[in-house]
Amino acid sequence: MTWLEIDTWIVVIAILCAVSCSLLGNFLVLRKMSMMGDAISHAVLPGLAVAFILTETRASFTMFVGAAIVGLLTALFTQWVHSFGKVDGGAAMGVVFTSLFAIGLILIKAGADHVDLDANCVLYGSIELAPLDKIQILGWDLPRAAFVMGLILILNMVFVGVFFKELRISSFDPDLATTLGINAQLMHYLLMAMVAITTVAAFEAIGSILVIAMLIVPAAAAHLLTDRLLHMILASAVFAAISAGLGHLSAITLPRIIGFEDTNTAGMIATMSGVLFAFVVILAPRYGILSKALHRLALNLRILREDILGLLYRVDELKLVDRPAMTYRQLREALNTGPIQLQLALRRLRRSGRLKVTSRGYELEEPGRKRAQQIIRSHRLWETYLAEHFALPLDHIHAPAERVEHFIDQQMQDDLALETSTPTSDPHGKVIPPTTNS
Amino acid sequence: MGTAHGSPHIHVNNEMAGGFVGTASEAEGAIQEFLEIAFVPEFHTMLVVLSTLILGAAAGMIGTFLLLRKQSLMGDALSHATLPGIGIAFMVMVAFGGSGKNMPGLLIGAAVFGLVGAGSVLFITRNTRLKSDAALGIVLSVYFGLGVALLGIIQQMPTGSAAGLNSFIYGKPSTVIIEDLYLIAGVALAVTIVCTLLFKELALLCFDECFASAQGWPITRLDASMLALATAVLVIGLQAVGLILVIAMLIIPPAAARFWTEKLKPMMIGSAVIGALSGWFGAVISAMATSLPAGAVIVLMATTIFLFSMIFGSSRGILKQAMGQYRLRRKIGHQHLLRACYESLESRIESVADEVFLSKGSSVTFDSLLSKRSWSPKQLRRLIQRSTKSGDVTSHPSTENEIRLTSQGLREGARLVRNHRLWEIYLITHADIAPSHVDRDADQIEHVLDSDLIERLEQLLDTHGAAKSVPASPHELNGGAVS
Repeated sequence: MTWLEIDTWIVVIAILCAVSCSLLGNFLVLRKMSMMGDAISHAVLPGLAVAFILTETRASFTMFVGAAIVGLLTALFTQWVHSFGKVDGGAAMGVVFTSLFAIGLILIKAGADHVDLDANCVLYGSIELAPLDKIQILGWDLPRAAFVMGLILILNMVFVGVFFKELRISSFDPDLATTLGINAQLMHYLLMAMVAITTVAAFEAIGSILVIAMLIVPAAAAHLLTDRLLHMILASAVFAAISAGLGHLSAITLPRIIGFEDTNTAGMIATMSGVLFAFVVILAPRYGILSKALHRLALNLRILREDILGLLYRVDELKLVDRPAMTYRQLREALNTGPIQLQLALRRLRRSGRLKVTSRGYELEEPGRKRAQQIIRSHRLWETYLAEHFALPLDHIHAPAERVEHFIDQQMQDDLALETSTPTSDPHGKVIPPTTNS
Repeated sequence: MGTAHGSPHIHVNNEMAGGFVGTASEAEGAIQEFLEIAFVPEFHTMLVVLSTLILGAAAGMIGTFLLLRKQSLMGDALSHATLPGIGIAFMVMVAFGGSGKNMPGLLIGAAVFGLVGAGSVLFITRNTRLKSDAALGIVLSVYFGLGVALLGIIQQMPTGSAAGLNSFIYGKPSTVIIEDLYLIAGVALAVTIVCTLLFKELALLCFDECFASAQGWPITRLDASMLALATAVLVIGLQAVGLILVIAMLIIPPAAARFWTEKLKPMMIGSAVIGALSGWFGAVISAMATSLPAGAVIVLMATTIFLFSMIFGSSRGILKQAMGQYRLRRKIGHQHLLRACYESLESRIESVADEVFLSKGSSVTFDSLLSKRSWSPKQLRRLIQRSTKSGDVTSHPSTENEIRLTSQGLREGARLVRNHRLWEIYLITHADIAPSHVDRDADQIEHVLDSDLIERLEQLLDTHGAAKSVPASPHELNGGAVS
């Protein structure tokens, strides 16, 4: 593989497109309108076709106007079909954008066939050829696509910067926005117009399918990483730029592995953004699948450890003469748990000095007994509370207490004791152990 | 690309512009050609027409459930997700020495990836905080991008050109052969059978998911089978309509049928008929104008039917709705007029059968009525005219300034005032609303209180025994009574 100047330009153009789209995408994702990006980028086709037929050129201002109008019309028509026809929002969108796309296809075939435009280039774009089309700007030889997308990026940055407050409020709470005097409807159509303009500017370089990917995927990934809007916007921009770079790189390297030259860059950028998204879904620090699974595992182990301590305490409590120490097998049967979790929990308890192994089996050490006393106290106070305040029958109070005992802290214990006037025994007649902290 | 300016497509443009035709003979020719292809086609054209017709019917059927389940756009994600499946199937078949153009093989690849796409959407919505819209967008763009990248590689394969694969994106019904028709008919038959067998379960799923799950129906499996059917239809539609527009066949016919009925079974049948008609006409027109993209023509046929239904639909059409609203507004205006008259005259009325009062003919002046409500003189005059026609009021023909209730109008006015006040008293005694706040609520509900509800109000307020008298207003009346 040789990296040429043209590759640099391809990556630059791709990054400009990707970042422009991802800026707007944040608001689409937050407003649960991601599919509007899909709808608009399909529906601008007739606008482009009409503009082509009128001006017979691809690089015209008319094209932007035509497409922006159709973009707005898509939003408007969808709204009409939804409210006048009482059609479900998603279906209304589907009716409108497929119809407009169909009209666009026919217009292109019927009227613009002799012009250099076909539906393929609208769908996939031709980023590989974009750097060849150069224009002179202030004595510089710039690819036209880079210049146009640079302008669009600045336009979008200004739009998001100027209307940041309005966009934020109307994205999270349209009703609040209205009471604050912000026209949420106007913001909606402004956003739709910006999406349409960006789509038109970018379609030539990267194709509408990549526009959809860059509108939605980076913003969705960023949404999994952070809860702050500003961070989300920055993260989505970085994410989009990385997808663009990696996408082109993989487009010219990956096919070599199986013996081909290269493949479509736009397609690979979309694919790479999907791969990065998959990583985020798995690895995101707070909302990722892995971190959620680890949290659940840690919680399960803590509950198991506390259950072991509680069980041993209850056995001690029976004060049997030939006290049956709990063997490993008995513990497993009593707690109904898997061997791996039990081993992990027991090892942790022994290492922290709460448990010891004697010839008869597992026994509580002093720190373990104290901890167990706390758990049992929580459990029995909760049972008392349920029986007194909710008048639950005696056979209904153990199960909820068994679940809640792990989440009752010192403060709540004191409150419960106060509420139930500091009882010494629970409704089953078992002794409530005293608090260990006083 | 072909020839763009052949004569056939001029006919088509004319057809679609609603029959604006340059010369009469040309129009006649076009219509004759249309009828010929529609009813007595050649063998190959018949294949194409039959396949799109059957496809439309099957898509309309399963689309009904998708629409009611609010999952219409799921089809979009599914159809885009099929592209990498087609690419991979092609590559695998070439790798095993085939030509790569084996239709069942390609469609199996497409179906597998359609299901993978559906699975991905469900996975994302269940395991992350993202909503279904974002999940759909991610799946459709990423999978389609992957498909495009795979096609980019296939194009460089020495064994076979990928030109045929492109027709999956825009659709090319003219490539349909008899085996494809068998396949399409088979899948359509399977969809019909499954829809009929699972009709009750799917209907329950669409209308009350929670109830269905409480009844012990396997929601997830039912949802999955619905999506599997949708995928099957999408896949057989790829060849004829193309993957971008095939979702229109799932969405538009049921949405159009919804305007005509409130019942599920007629909606499903109507949707299948609309789908079939779109496929039929679309295929005939594109057979006449071969340069036009057939998928687009079929979709626009469906759109035309949709627009017609949206305006003229007998159940939810815009005209029907507007008419209902107009009638309701008229009724409300009429009833407000009668109530205003009654309340103005109230102090002088002994009972609703007050012959003396009626013959003496106490009248209300126009101006006093005008001050009762926020209506303009013009509105009020029109209301009086209408109510005169229905025989509830009479106005003095010379002055038109004095309005009188007829005995029929008096009874109706008394009934309305009574309903209004019963509701007010109910709000005051049972909902603890201040007397100054009840007038507006009662004003809205008085027009729709039926006799059942009135009876229950009477029981609640214990006014049943006290004849059917009109209770006194619990608050001060606006405008005051005329002297």
